[in-house]
Amino acid sequence: MSDDHVYLSLAEASPEGDARWAFGTGFEDPLHGVDTALPESVDPAGLAALCLALGDDALVSAQRLAQWVTCAPELEEEVALANIGLDLLGQARLLLARAGQAEGAGRGEDQLAYFRGPEEFRNVLLAELPNGDFAHCVVRLLLFSSWRLAAFQALTAHPDPVLAAVAAKGINELAYHRDHAAQWTVRLGDGTEESRRRMLAALDELWPHLAELLDGEQQQVRAEVELTLRQVLDAAGLPVPAVPEAASGRGRAGEHTRTWPNCSPSSSRWPGRTRRRHGDRRHGVRRHGDRRHGDGRDGDRGRQVPAATRP
Amino acid sequence: MPVPESGAEPQTAAQTRFDHTLARDQRIEPRDWMPEGYRATLVRQIAQHAHSEIIGMQPEGEWITRAPSLRRKAILFAKVQDEAGHGLYLYSAAETLGADRADLTERLISGRQKYSSIFNYPTLSYADVGVIGWFVDGAAICNQVPLCRSSYGPYARAMVRICKEESFHQRQGYELLLTMMRGSEKQRAQVQDAVDRWWWPSLMMFGPPDGNSPNSERSMAWRIKRHSNDELRQRFVDMTVPQAERLGVTLPDPELVWNEEREVWDFGTPDWSELQRVISGDGPCNQARVERRRQAHEDGAWVREAAAAHAARQQDRQAAQDQQAAQDRQTAQTAQLKGVPA
Amino acid sequence: MTARSEWPLYEVFVRGKRGLNHVHVGSLHAPDERMALTNARDLYTRRNEGVSIWVVRSDAITASTSDEIDPFFAPSGDKVYRHPTFYAIPDDVPHI
Ligand SMILES: [Fe+2]
Ligand SMILES: [Fe+2]
Repeated sequence: MSDDHVYLSLAEASPEGDARWAFGTGFEDPLHGVDTALPESVDPAGLAALCLALGDDALVSAQRLAQWVTCAPELEEEVALANIGLDLLGQARLLLARAGQAEGAGRGEDQLAYFRGPEEFRNVLLAELPNGDFAHCVVRLLLFSSWRLAAFQALTAHPDPVLAAVAAKGINELAYHRDHAAQWTVRLGDGTEESRRRMLAALDELWPHLAELLDGEQQQVRAEVELTLRQVLDAAGLPVPAVPEAASGRGRAGEHTRTWPNCSPSSSRWPGRTRRRHGDRRHGVRRHGDRRHGDGRDGDRGRQVPAATRP
Repeated sequence: MPVPESGAEPQTAAQTRFDHTLARDQRIEPRDWMPEGYRATLVRQIAQHAHSEIIGMQPEGEWITRAPSLRRKAILFAKVQDEAGHGLYLYSAAETLGADRADLTERLISGRQKYSSIFNYPTLSYADVGVIGWFVDGAAICNQVPLCRSSYGPYARAMVRICKEESFHQRQGYELLLTMMRGSEKQRAQVQDAVDRWWWPSLMMFGPPDGNSPNSERSMAWRIKRHSNDELRQRFVDMTVPQAERLGVTLPDPELVWNEEREVWDFGTPDWSELQRVISGDGPCNQARVERRRQAHEDGAWVREAAAAHAARQQDRQAAQDQQAAQDRQTAQTAQLKGVPA
Repeated sequence: MTARSEWPLYEVFVRGKRGLNHVHVGSLHAPDERMALTNARDLYTRRNEGVSIWVVRSDAITASTSDEIDPFFAPSGDKVYRHPTFYAIPDDVPHI
């Protein structure tokens, strides 16, 4: 057939190689030309803990965004949410890899992602809360990306060149995430009565989690986050609650909800979205590698009735 | 582009021009006159194709959160996202023919329009992700590369974009399988099991045999399609057999044998009654697939409405602002004429 | 959902590289121009395809119709003198 040459040219390897295949990691190695040796001025344990916390936030957020796949309110939004998920997954991989290097025990990104129990994860609770409706998705993204962008801006000056490079790459991505969330906040806040009601409910639920995000942050980061949120909520005609003082969650200390979205291949198919009868363990069968999650917390075994599927 | 206009001139002259364009192997473009049958056939084919991309996100999408490594997770996430993009390119092509996406979605979720039968089979292990990339995206490439020269311009152009992306899909699948085949005995068995389950449904993706494909001939005459179902199926088999050998799996067809004379692989007959059953709604996952799409569409209604309401209000505000600005200018001018400081 | 809450259709044009024209790549739906732009970025430049994007409401485009093909484009078909090859120049004239 005369189309053979077309097929052959399509199947040829792209000059960029594998990097073209997995977009979350970008097309260029963000660490290109960066010295990956640990600088002596940096405390390895402190760096490992910081990278782990930031990496876990990103990984768990990416898991939640992955659960939006095939559920978004419009196909264009399907693509947008996946882009954000892929960006965060890319950040997670770089940060977990760096955490492993700083720890020096030979653990790589996958060891850290797959072979830790929930109590060893350091992500904030905001990131792991089960998905709700689209307003919930937007408010969570707004809070999370406003904080993360401000924090990453500060981290570009970190003495560890790898973390600084990851932060520098991340701020472009996060600025886009924040913008996306801000635009939706305004649309839904100033949309219909129903959308406004849903935004208020999402703010009610999620706002208290801001405390854990800001806990221990520099004044400059706090100020930037507060300013952003006030501007966006004002534009949306939504009330601006006071920034909570006491942290409501202790995800950073390893205390997680029962719906913590692990990466295990044996976790439920559409975690947080599949309603299952009590005792139905079809997808919850324990397999090797899952032992660390074997305390009954793995997977979202249908304890949550996802708001998005039953408004 | 906006809804094309048609039939403003005497049909015969328009028809002649249409025929000439096809005869010279040139493309028909959105605002050209075209026979209603041509338009309807295209809308149906492109819509089914778009629906297939969108429904096709489901079998693999449910593995993103459970991919076996973060690298695989990124690859699969990107792949499933691409399929949403493909759906959008195609709906966009259908809209150049005057179709409306909301209406096409309605037809999909009410079961009035079909999508590829292959997506009504379940994914049972991560090997299925590999085999889908290899077989299903491979079959899609076979089908779609010739469509890059389809007679309808927007469809052909959408296909070029899609085909470029599909080659990533097929290669990631095959590479995953190569990795699994180098793994444990259990992993190799998983790959073989997935191959056994997906082989025949993949062959059915090319549609019924030529003798039983009523619309095929007309589509070929219009150059919407460039090759018959059986030709494409043969091509897929010929392409896949050596890949299977290299991978070390057995294709589940005892009749598969090299035909010296014709220089192609002879193969067995797919169970066409199964294809009929699955297409008409009786496959393992038909209900779940359509139900999930319907649910997402309905859950999203309030979001779409809110965004539209906000946009309308913004427009009104802008208009009021413009009007106010015009008035202010007027007042200032009048004041100036009167010599009063503005 | 009522027809009124449909998001309008936008046409998308992408400049692939500096120095190239924007080309039409397809269309998408969006509630407003801002979203049309970000959706276009997400949909049509997932692989670094572009350096600049235009979006324009489909219903804002005025286009020639196929009925006009002849009166619109035929008259320029015979202006052969507009094309450089119309002019015979001896081979030994340099740089022309
Ligand atoms: Fe596709
Ligand atoms: Fe594909």
